[in-house]
Amino acid sequence: MTSYLIKGARPLGGDPVDIHITDGRISAIGNSLDATGAEVVEAAGLIALPGLVDLHTHLREPGREDAETVETGSRAAALGGFTAVHAMANTDPVADTAGVVEQVWRLGQEAGLVDVVPVGAVTVGLKGERLAELGAMADSAARVRVFSDDGHCVADPALMRRALEYVKAFDGVVAQHAEEPRLTVGAQMHEGDRSAKLGLTGWPAAAEEAIIARDVLLAEHVGARLHVCHVSTAGSVEILRWAKSRGVQVTAEVTPHHLLLTDACAESYDPVFKVNPPLRTDADVEALRAGLADGTIDAVGTDHAPHAVEDKESEWAQARPGMLGLEQALAVVIETMVEPGRLDWAGVADRMSVRPAAIGRLDGLGIRSQGRPIAPGEPANLVLVDPAARATVDPAALASRSRNSPYAGRELPGRIVATFLRGTATVLDGKATR
Amino acid sequence: MKRHLLEAADLDRDDATLVLDTAAQIDQALAGREVKKLPTLRGRTVVNLFYEDSTRTRISFELAAKRLSADVINFSAKGSSVSKGESLKDTALTLEAMGADAVVVRHSSSGAPHRLANWVRGSVVNAGDGTHEHPTQALLDAYTIRQRLGRVEGVRVAIVGDVLHSRVARSNVGLLHTLGAEVTLVAPPTLLPVGVGSWPAEVSYDLDAVLPKVDVVMMLRVQAERMNASFFPSAREYSRRYGLDARRMGALPDDAIVMHPGPMNRGMEIAAEVADSARSTIVEQVANGVSTRMAVLYLLLGGAPQ
Repeated sequence: MTSYLIKGARPLGGDPVDIHITDGRISAIGNSLDATGAEVVEAAGLIALPGLVDLHTHLREPGREDAETVETGSRAAALGGFTAVHAMANTDPVADTAGVVEQVWRLGQEAGLVDVVPVGAVTVGLKGERLAELGAMADSAARVRVFSDDGHCVADPALMRRALEYVKAFDGVVAQHAEEPRLTVGAQMHEGDRSAKLGLTGWPAAAEEAIIARDVLLAEHVGARLHVCHVSTAGSVEILRWAKSRGVQVTAEVTPHHLLLTDACAESYDPVFKVNPPLRTDADVEALRAGLADGTIDAVGTDHAPHAVEDKESEWAQARPGMLGLEQALAVVIETMVEPGRLDWAGVADRMSVRPAAIGRLDGLGIRSQGRPIAPGEPANLVLVDPAARATVDPAALASRSRNSPYAGRELPGRIVATFLRGTATVLDGKATR
Repeated sequence: MKRHLLEAADLDRDDATLVLDTAAQIDQALAGREVKKLPTLRGRTVVNLFYEDSTRTRISFELAAKRLSADVINFSAKGSSVSKGESLKDTALTLEAMGADAVVVRHSSSGAPHRLANWVRGSVVNAGDGTHEHPTQALLDAYTIRQRLGRVEGVRVAIVGDVLHSRVARSNVGLLHTLGAEVTLVAPPTLLPVGVGSWPAEVSYDLDAVLPKVDVVMMLRVQAERMNASFFPSAREYSRRYGLDARRMGALPDDAIVMHPGPMNRGMEIAAEVADSARSTIVEQVANGVSTRMAVLYLLLGGAPQ
């Protein structure tokens, strides 16, 4: 196994040091390390962060390999600085059995670019009618800990209560797609001034907030863990803040696109900006940034959602919701949080690696260990970022098989120079190694 | 004028006035003539691309293009483009390859004409898209108001009914505001969009309070299926609170007019004796639709090289 000497990187933005990687682990950190035989990575001016962990990725395999595969999505993830991604369950067939989650886990291992951690469906076929075999998925080789019907809300309150309770047996967590379905029939975009003008059916903020409010009360009642996917409204942040102040075991994520973009994007009627939950208002964006800064929102989750060209090059209402996110996630966080001074690099590591790893129970010392400190003896899951670089996003240059990036043509800061997965370089000099 | 007519906001006050003036000139030129045809658009091709059934709008545009001597192709793509198999983009590229100079598009999805405008070189005219806009309806309504009342500026207009789902309402609010009219929207709160407060219009829930203070009352079609989605309790209750019957018509100022974009639900939003009264402009609106659409096609295509 290649040994690396990373020279002059700044861990979490601290003072420059050398980091020596051997046998998949960080073997030494210090100045002027002697590492004979190691491959040298010049890292002057680069920030070193623990490998990023995504709680929310759609890899589309099995079923829509024309939009993304585990391999292409893994490559996009590595190029975005990720060393682990949670693969959402809304594949075809749905990841609601031990067989499907093991297949996804195995495909991830074969690709070998990031740890692909399968998410199991909460209900059979994502239909919201009865529980899938959650325990079988937890006990499988994929060792599922995060369960989600993402794309659909577990809307039935009794079923949601049972799911929250049941997964306690194996320290699992239910990740809720908070969307009251009766309030969002045919919904196309955030309901407000712009939806009124554009004549697109509105998706009210209350449809998200009502479910989050209900679910934090249920989680409190049964003493279970709850994770809220892609929080998008100011009201949701307030409810989460209140719930956390009561000691409810709730965590939440925000997507990069909800940190940066607003419903003004819909005025183009270009469905590349159609996403669920929808892009919201400036006030919501501000509340989300504040929530991520103060820790009310625990993590950035990309909701990377690749779609084939024909599913986006259409009328708005006919297009599928979702946008790419893996390759630009860190850039958007730098733009919206780091450069304005709302989060330092330690904060970025916390929200994009440490806390998401803990939510997914990847933070132990097993072979899937993620989100660990940058310290001798720890697994060498690292990303090197050049914070000074800026680049314009070109969808054609993305590693994802799809092209539905909402950032096309936008200049964003930060360049991922290298990513290491347990000591193996998956990205070097900004390029995937395989 | 912009190249496309996608929404009322594409027309500034000068453009809108030019359309109305041009429609008036066309009416004058054709008045009393046996052959109602002008040679203006000879050799030009206008495609009517209709994804929704709308016989009256399609016929109106077809007649407008034919009276300008354009070649007209009716492309009926009923249902959504997706369910039909061919995407909107592929249809657009097909029309482009056939050399359409203008595409008149009617579609059930809001924004479809905007998408189409990205893919064709010719002019796109929005003939109604989803619950978004129907700008030529607003133009013909403004033309009708001007014809009857002599002006649009300062005229007080009530738009009554299902504003939430109405493309006619959205276009009329925009265009009437551009032309200096004062608009009041009247509807039950369930049929007004969240965000209506940002529109350049007053809002009222009380039709009886508004009627004595307007010069124009424009009734919108209310679809009975809205009842099933709890927008209002019953057709009878809707009619009682927001329908225009003879008694309510009596509350209007003497020279006020009653408009309806059609098709009407007689007995629902408008009583038969109102629709057939001297105040009603409903038949004129149909006739004015042809002249106004002629003006739009003429102005969008007339200046371009053959």
